[in-house]
Amino acid sequence: MAKKVFEKGKMVPVPSHSIIPERDLYKSPILECSHLGIDFGGLAAVKDFNITVGRTEIAGLIGPNGAGKTTVFNLLTKVYHPTRGTILVDGMDTAGKTPAQVNRMGIARTFQNIRLFNNLSVEDNVKIGLHNQTRYNALSGILRLPNYWKQEKMAHESAMELLSIFDMQDLAGHKAGSLPYGAQRRLEIVRALATNPSLLLLDEPAAGMNPSETVELMENIVKIRDTFHIAIMLIEHDMNLVMGICEGICVLNFGQIIAKGTAEEIQNNPVVIEAYLGKQKEG
Amino acid sequence: MKNLLKKKTTRTDFLTYLGVIVVFVIMFALQQGDMLKNSTQGMLVPVCCFVVMAVSLNLTVGILGELSLGHAGFMSVGAFSGIIAAMSLEQTIPSDLARLIIAIVVGAICAAIAGFIVGVPVLRLQGDYLAIVTLAFGEIIKELINCLIVGYDENGLHVMFNLSGKLSVENLNMTENGVAIIKGAQGAVGVDKLATFPMGFVLVMLCLVIVLNLVRSRTGRAILSIRDNRIAAESVGINVTKYRLMAFVISAAMAGSAGALFGLNYSTLSSTRFDFNTSILVLVYVVLGGLGNIWGSIIAAVVLYVLPEALREFNDYRMLAYAVVLILVMLATNNERFKAAPSRVIPKRRKGAAVNG
Ligand SMILES: Nc1ncnc2c1ncn2[C@@H]1O[C@H](COP(=O)(O)OP(=O)(O)O)[C@@H](O)[C@H]1O
Ligand SMILES: [Mg+2]
Repeated sequence: MAKKVFEKGKMVPVPSHSIIPERDLYKSPILECSHLGIDFGGLAAVKDFNITVGRTEIAGLIGPNGAGKTTVFNLLTKVYHPTRGTILVDGMDTAGKTPAQVNRMGIARTFQNIRLFNNLSVEDNVKIGLHNQTRYNALSGILRLPNYWKQEKMAHESAMELLSIFDMQDLAGHKAGSLPYGAQRRLEIVRALATNPSLLLLDEPAAGMNPSETVELMENIVKIRDTFHIAIMLIEHDMNLVMGICEGICVLNFGQIIAKGTAEEIQNNPVVIEAYLGKQKEG
Repeated sequence: MKNLLKKKTTRTDFLTYLGVIVVFVIMFALQQGDMLKNSTQGMLVPVCCFVVMAVSLNLTVGILGELSLGHAGFMSVGAFSGIIAAMSLEQTIPSDLARLIIAIVVGAICAAIAGFIVGVPVLRLQGDYLAIVTLAFGEIIKELINCLIVGYDENGLHVMFNLSGKLSVENLNMTENGVAIIKGAQGAVGVDKLATFPMGFVLVMLCLVIVLNLVRSRTGRAILSIRDNRIAAESVGINVTKYRLMAFVISAAMAGSAGALFGLNYSTLSSTRFDFNTSILVLVYVVLGGLGNIWGSIIAAVVLYVLPEALREFNDYRMLAYAVVLILVMLATNNERFKAAPSRVIPKRRKGAAVNG
């Protein structure tokens, strides 16, 4: 059951399976999963998944294709409801919550197969991310009351500011669906950030990007963490990216965690080498 | 003003309003000057009603992205509730205009309630259930009103369902001052023709303001996001059920208001007037006008409503001409190059509008 050991202001030791960086050690973690699991048609796609993510940590989730990484993200964001286990976000249980409610609790995500609002402009995509940040009801919108103009102005300014993270202000008027692949991935990150999350989940953010784009993305992920002071958990196949910026890495194989640790520990772990890195070297 | 008009969406909205106003002023002047044929004169109010129907259905089909096959059902609810309201208030409120407005409001509210009842169970589900359920709703409403008997006397409203088929107005047991409002299969009878062309214009403008301003607001963006990608919309914290329901209920309410105006334009009205064919007719206006394209809906509704009448003179070639116009409307509203033509005239146009006004 959910063991709520963390209280605000109290120094509580973090559980032993944690890979939390030192600066977060004495803060309550943003995410705690215990014994998380889900079955699809009797087969366990994820089993006994335990992880703790610190407030400002960049955590990596790696593993071969079909290992269950995306499924973990879908469990965290309630696209799937877990068969077993608990998820605590900021110490609060997410059992029975909808994806939208989990987002309001502080988890935002991107998708492995990009899901933008393709027929809407880049700016509107970000403004939709700002939905719960803007506060006026449908009637004020229809009657265009002063509040509408004030909030819309704020939304426009915030959207532009968020787009400037990736230097995308000039694209604001373009249709999201017409952007090149890399820009679409970046826009998805901006849209997720617009929801003001405390934990950002990135599903293969560098997929389809060229090496120089990837390097830029790495820098930007770190920049986002440092400016917004949020935790980021990412799934990625690009080992340079993962080893370069992730403070804690978790390796998944056949739905199970086979190793956890720092980049160095993971690289030298024989189980991981056999299951994952080894395979890559052969291929 | 100049600043505002720089935005393409604002400009399209502005031109849409302007177009409607200009057409109204011309038609109204002609009407006042008695320069219209009788048949044209008779079409003014219904055209307004069907423009509202098309614009409101576009909110559900084009902007929310849900197929609705029973939009005429909401029009029917609005028409008969509006007629009942207008006729039963005849003694209390002598002003025709006031009763017309009350009827429209009552029609909108009743249709909104019907929309809510239909929408709540269906819009929680994922998938295309709305089409099936609205189709059934349209038919059920038609049959229900078919056996509805309503009368009014100094004791108030008398309502009865003629399920056995043997009852008539006599069974309402009204006093001798009582008036029959709805006589079962005969429909509404002896209705005061309160509807006026200016009121039709006001209703069209109101619906335009509601839909266009809604789309450009936070609420409208949420609705559009659901159409574009429901999973992504949920992932950014949008309450999908709430906004689907909101769009659907607003759409139903507007159809109800159009129904009330339509109902008060004829002295008799049967519920079969709002059958499946009417729903499909409105859907044709929306699809041909372009999904999400509001001015397209307006033009399609006007042209396609007026056309069959106008083509009477051509007799043999009538259906051929109708088909040609259908194709032309489709081209004019759904073809990107055609659509871009007006904005090409005005330089410095911004790309990537969400929805074409
Ligand atoms: N909705 C689903 N129904 C059935 N099986 C699923 C579903 N989603 C994922 N799976 C299975 O779960 C396993 C893990 O998939 P996934 O999480 O996408 O892997 P990856 O680590 O590559 O992201 C796969 O075998 C996949 O077939
Ligand atoms: Mg995956």
